[in-house]
Amino acid sequence: MTLSESKDFVVHSSNLKEVRIFSREVFEKINLPQEQKDELVLAIAEAAQNIVKHAYKDVEETNDKMQIKISFKDNQLEIGFFDKGKPVIPENIQHRKLDDIKPGGLGTFFIKQIMDEAIFKKNQKGWVNHLVLTKTI
Amino acid sequence: MTYKISENGNISTVFLDGEIDMDVTEKAKEIILPLVEAGKEVHINLKDVSYMDSSGISVLIESHQKALEKGTKVIVKEISKSVLKVIMMAKLEQILNLE
Repeated sequence: MTLSESKDFVVHSSNLKEVRIFSREVFEKINLPQEQKDELVLAIAEAAQNIVKHAYKDVEETNDKMQIKISFKDNQLEIGFFDKGKPVIPENIQHRKLDDIKPGGLGTFFIKQIMDEAIFKKNQKGWVNHLVLTKTI
Repeated sequence: MTYKISENGNISTVFLDGEIDMDVTEKAKEIILPLVEAGKEVHINLKDVSYMDSSGISVLIESHQKALEKGTKVIVKEISKSVLKVIMMAKLEQILNLE
């Protein structure tokens, strides 16, 4: 099965629900256990949340959009996130240690738990950041 | 997210409903933390919460830690399967009070 769908969302926390709805609709088209679909939706939502929370930190309101592209081919799932926020320095992204119990810092940990790989690609025309999450299904 | 609160002596039960993400965490904290600050034992009922992300987990952690400071406790109850999985992914099942 081959599938590729993308959608743009205005960068705002109120649109995270729309991100989840889009993701769920796409995963309905792929034959996966519900539990795995839920995990993948969580990973996508966490990555989108990171864009709102970090790439657009201190930005009150914006009309900028982020784009999420979900592709599936030959049992390879690839999810691309494009945004025009502050440039991400991948080396600076760290999740907190799990035994350091405090609010925050779990989103990136969840993404790493759920996906096989998370990498930032460079030179995406028209975009500032391009995160790619991949997983073999 | 919607909510309702029931009171029984020193126990306040907060029934949350819907999906808990970054967009509603401030609202969730505004509901829960004043009860904890007031020294109430707070039960957070999640039976109608179908989705929770890391932001929601942060609310649970902050509430739990605030309760410890205040000498009371927060108990998270009737957790849906999907939310429990996220709590376990964060390895918090031994930290939070779950029922």
